[in-house]
Amino acid sequence: MTVVSAQSLSLTFQTNDGPVHALQDVDLTVSKGDFVSFIGPSGCGKTTFLRVIADLEKPTGGVISVNGMSPEEARQARAYGYVFQAASLQPWRTIEKNIALPLEIMGHSSSERVERVAKVLDLVDLSSFGKKYPWQLSGGMQQRASIARALAFDADLLLMDEPFGALDEIVRDHLNEQLLQLWERTDKTICFVTHSIPEAVYLSTKIVVMSPRPGRVTDVIESTLPKERPLDIRETPEFLKIAHRVREGLRAGHSYSD
Amino acid sequence: MSKSGKTIPVLTILVFIVAIWYACVVWMNAPFEFDKAERLSKAAPTFSELVNTTMAQERPVLPAPHQVFREIYETTVLKKVTSKRSLVYHAWITLSATLLGFIIGTALGIALAVGIVHNRAMDKSVMPWVITSQTIPILAIAPMIIVVLNAAGISGLLPKALISTYLSFFPVVVGMVKGLRAPDTAQLDLMHTYNASTAQTFWKLRWPSSMPYLFTSLKIAVAISLVGAIVGEMPTGAVAGLGARLLAGSYYGQTIQIWSALFMAAALAAALVILVGVAHNYILRRMGEKPGAIA
Repeated sequence: MTVVSAQSLSLTFQTNDGPVHALQDVDLTVSKGDFVSFIGPSGCGKTTFLRVIADLEKPTGGVISVNGMSPEEARQARAYGYVFQAASLQPWRTIEKNIALPLEIMGHSSSERVERVAKVLDLVDLSSFGKKYPWQLSGGMQQRASIARALAFDADLLLMDEPFGALDEIVRDHLNEQLLQLWERTDKTICFVTHSIPEAVYLSTKIVVMSPRPGRVTDVIESTLPKERPLDIRETPEFLKIAHRVREGLRAGHSYSD
Repeated sequence: MSKSGKTIPVLTILVFIVAIWYACVVWMNAPFEFDKAERLSKAAPTFSELVNTTMAQERPVLPAPHQVFREIYETTVLKKVTSKRSLVYHAWITLSATLLGFIIGTALGIALAVGIVHNRAMDKSVMPWVITSQTIPILAIAPMIIVVLNAAGISGLLPKALISTYLSFFPVVVGMVKGLRAPDTAQLDLMHTYNASTAQTFWKLRWPSSMPYLFTSLKIAVAISLVGAIVGEMPTGAVAGLGARLLAGSYYGQTIQIWSALFMAAALAAALVILVGVAHNYILRRMGEKPGAIA
C-alpha cells in the first residue's frame, strides 16, 4: 500500500536573489511499513520534501498524495507525527504534559491521555521521567520524549527531520538501535532525513540519495539488509557495499552542481 | 547567596547618600541662618551652632532626613487613617487610582498585543500610534483628560486611573507583542502539524511563552501607573492624594511635607514593583522554571 506518492514534484522559493529550486521533478513512492531515509548535502531539498509531505510547505509543481489524500487533508486527519531536529519541548510542561499536548489539542479525554502517555513513555524507555521538566533531561532523553510525543496520537506515518543530528555519536548509536526496535514493534512508516551515511544505511529499507541546486533524487537504493539489525551489522561487507553506493550517489550529485 | 552579597554594597551606598544629604542640609540651609543673625544684629553663628539650627528649621530649603522621617511617622502612625492629614489616607487615594489604571492598562495592553500578533492590518497600523501616544508629554494630556471627562460627568477615581492607563498600557503592548511572538518556528510548525486552531495555539503556546515578557512589562507598568496617578492629581487641584500633598506642600513652602509625600510615593512604587516580582517568581516557578534562571 502506498503511503506517500510524489510525481514530478517541484518547489521553487522566490527570494530576493532570484528563484531557488528546492525541489525539481521528484518522483518517489513510500510504501506502508517502509523506513525511508533521505540523504544528501545541505540544500538538497530533503527537509523541504519532508515539509511538503507534512503540509508545512506548498509545492509549486507536480502532484503529491499522502495516504491517498492531499497533504493538507492528511494533516487535518492527523495522519503523521513530526519530529524536529530540536526536541522543541515546552519548558513549562513536564515530559508527561508535553507528550499529552497533541492529545489535548485533538480532544482526547483525560483518562485516555494518561493511558496513551504511559504507553509511549514506555516505548521510548522514559517511564520514570514523566514528572520531570525538560531541562532535567539530557539531550538524548529530550529527543526520545519528542519522539514519544509524535507517537502519542498513533499516526501511522512518522516524519523525522534529522532528529539525532545534534547528538553525539554514542547517544546516536543507542537511539538508532532503539528507533529500529520501535519501528519493528509499531509497524509505522518512517521518513527520516539525515546527513549521516552509516545512519541512513543502518536504519533504512530504502535510501533516497539527493543532490542540491536544484534539489532532486539521484539514486534510490533498496536495502538488502535483513530486518533484524544488531549494531555490528555495520562491519559486514553487505553494509559497506550499500554505504559505498550511497557515497557514490552523493559524489555523482556533487559533480553536476559545481 | 546573592542576597547577602548585595546587602553590604547597598548599605554602603545608603550611608554615603545620607552623609551627603546631611552635608547638603547644613550647606543649603545656612544662608537663612546667616540672614537671621544679621537681621537680629547678632554675631554670625559658629559651625557647631549651624549644624544644630539648620537641621531644626520649620521650612528648610532642604529638610534633614530625620525631620522627614519624623513627619512620616507623625502622619502615618500617629494619625487616624481616616484623617485628612494622614499620609496613609492620601497614599490610599493615589494607590486606588494607580491599581485601577494599572489593571485597565494591562488589559488594554494585552488586548492590543493579541490584535497586533493575530491581525495583519493591526500589525501594520497600530504600533506607530502606540509609540506616538508616548511622545506626547503626560503633563499636557492629563489636564485635558480630566476636563473632558468632567464635562462628560465623570469625575473622581476614573479620570486619574485613565491617566495611569495611558502610561501603563505601553510597556505591556511592547512586551506582549514580543512575548506572543517568542515561540520559534519549530514550535509553531508543531502546532500546525497537530492541526491546532488559532485559539489552541494561543492558549497552549503563545500565552505561556509570553509570561516572562508580561511580568517584566508589568514591573515597569505598575511603577509608571503610580506616576500617572500622581500627575493626575496635580492639575485638578485635587484635595487628596500624594500628588495633592506635593502640590499643597509647594504652595505653602512645606518642604518637609513634600519630601515625606515623595518618600511615601517611592515606598509605594517599591512595594508595588516587589509585589509584581513576587507574583512573577511564583508563576514562573509553577511553570517549572529551572531554579536560578529567574533574575
